[in-house]
Amino acid sequence: MTSRLLDAQELVKSFGGLTAVANVSVHFDRNELVGLIGPNGAGKTTLFNLLTGETPLTSGSISLYTDQGVQTLNGKKPAQIAQAGISRTFQNIRLFKDLSVLDNVKIAMTNHYQEGFLTSVFRLPKFYQTEAAMAQAAHELLKIFDLTAVADQPARNLPYGTQRRLEIVRALATKPSLLFLDEPAAGMNPEETADLTQLIRQIQRDFHITVVLIEHDMSLVMNVVERLYVLEHGGLLASGTPDEIQRDPAVIKAYLGGA
Amino acid sequence: MKVTLKSNLAWVGVMLFGFIIIDALEFAGLINTFIENMLVTIGINVILAVGLNLIIGFAGQFSLGHAGFMAIGAYATGIMTQTMSTPLGFYISMVVGMVIAVIAAVIVGVPTLRLRGDYLAIATMGAAEIIRIVINNLKITNGAAGLFNIPALASWVTVYVLMCLTTIVTVNFIHSRGGRAVMAVREDELAAGAMGINTTRWKLAAFVFGAATAAIGGSLHAAYIQTIAPGDFNIMASIAILIIVVLGGVGSITGTFVAAVVLGALDTILQNFGTVRMIIYSLALILIMIFKPAGLLGTWEFSFRRWLTKGAVTHD
Repeated sequence: MTSRLLDAQELVKSFGGLTAVANVSVHFDRNELVGLIGPNGAGKTTLFNLLTGETPLTSGSISLYTDQGVQTLNGKKPAQIAQAGISRTFQNIRLFKDLSVLDNVKIAMTNHYQEGFLTSVFRLPKFYQTEAAMAQAAHELLKIFDLTAVADQPARNLPYGTQRRLEIVRALATKPSLLFLDEPAAGMNPEETADLTQLIRQIQRDFHITVVLIEHDMSLVMNVVERLYVLEHGGLLASGTPDEIQRDPAVIKAYLGGA
Repeated sequence: MKVTLKSNLAWVGVMLFGFIIIDALEFAGLINTFIENMLVTIGINVILAVGLNLIIGFAGQFSLGHAGFMAIGAYATGIMTQTMSTPLGFYISMVVGMVIAVIAAVIVGVPTLRLRGDYLAIATMGAAEIIRIVINNLKITNGAAGLFNIPALASWVTVYVLMCLTTIVTVNFIHSRGGRAVMAVREDELAAGAMGINTTRWKLAAFVFGAATAAIGGSLHAAYIQTIAPGDFNIMASIAILIIVVLGGVGSITGTFVAAVVLGALDTILQNFGTVRMIIYSLALILIMIFKPAGLLGTWEFSFRRWLTKGAVTHD
């Protein structure tokens, strides 16, 4: 018996006359790895943006099941949704480029290590304790992902693949229960993609979180996910296990063109 | 932790050294009123520019209204010390000025910090003009004539100590959770939000912080110069502070110090040149901007910590 983590009912987003997401209902369970696929312009990223509060909903409802009970995420700001336990990466990397790798991670930990204004401004002992605890947690996280050597480098100096990895680490530092990865393998070579596949599995297993990923690389998706949603033209085309999806005539038609 | 202690002690040493040098020169009679005036102006400019650099350089919000908040501090001191002409009265007036500046910054900041770049600059400039025009038309502020014979309650020592204090507080803020949050907003507001950072709140925090330090600068200005008028706090005054920030390097507190000293000295030296002064001053600015477009120091920051840990890999 799996327990529900997030329930999104009949989400609609229209930009003027264009309906980018039309009546899509999805749900994610705890500790599950879900894929979200679809042709370009199908509304995958828009759906992510709706679920993380980046774009306001036109209609629909999103509920998050936390230890404190059910929380409605409708109308909440991205920061509030992040604090509720949803984190994400971006399709086009959005790191804090001029800041060090360590600071990138520390920033994501902001809400877990409270320092009062006076404590930090007057450098009271509590400040040093909090900073030390935070630095340690950040270093542990960096170590898991092999980023210790570059901890003090500005994020912009990292190679592309490493930047993507750091973005995932940063998202994990917010201690999410649900992690959205928006095309994590974009621009990676097959070798890097294989490493990433490994990494995503590892994250989901070791951190006990739910991972949802948008991906065009079918080898990655089919390898890694337990369940798939297929979007097309803003609507939900199909959902099921990778096997079911690969045999689904509607999906084959959408991807290969119908006869 | 040991490095932290050493580096903190080194900074205390630097501040004491600066104090002793000025004090010794003063004692030896090498500092006349003219030079002391220059030093005090530099000190007040540092206080103002450090606060503005926090807003522009670290939080990435382009504010052009710094003189408005300075005016609030100056008038709080100017008005209150007329009846309470004691050092205590001066500090109370400074705190009152800060509180009013903070309230004004919140009122201005909440709607305007939603704007970006040029729009924010224009909105903050407008806000500062409103403050100036209000002061210009109130009875208690003596209108356009301004206030004079303000009790001389600030010496160069007061300015020096407060310059050190505000800088310590600002730098400590930058190197803490708040500073990191503020820089995250500057780097990428969208990503900062997605990482759980309340972007509006932290932008406002930096803005309010800067306004409060500007009020301190204003208080010192009023108590040292002893004469203030609304015209002292017009758009040109805001731009003068902005020039220090940009020239020193947006995002470098060390640069702000260097620029404030260089411009202060330049301004004083050029006093002998009469009307050519403004031309030379402007030329110097243009030349620095051509050869050092990122400011004298860019985003470089002097750090004892880096010195002390040179060669050794430490994670404190």
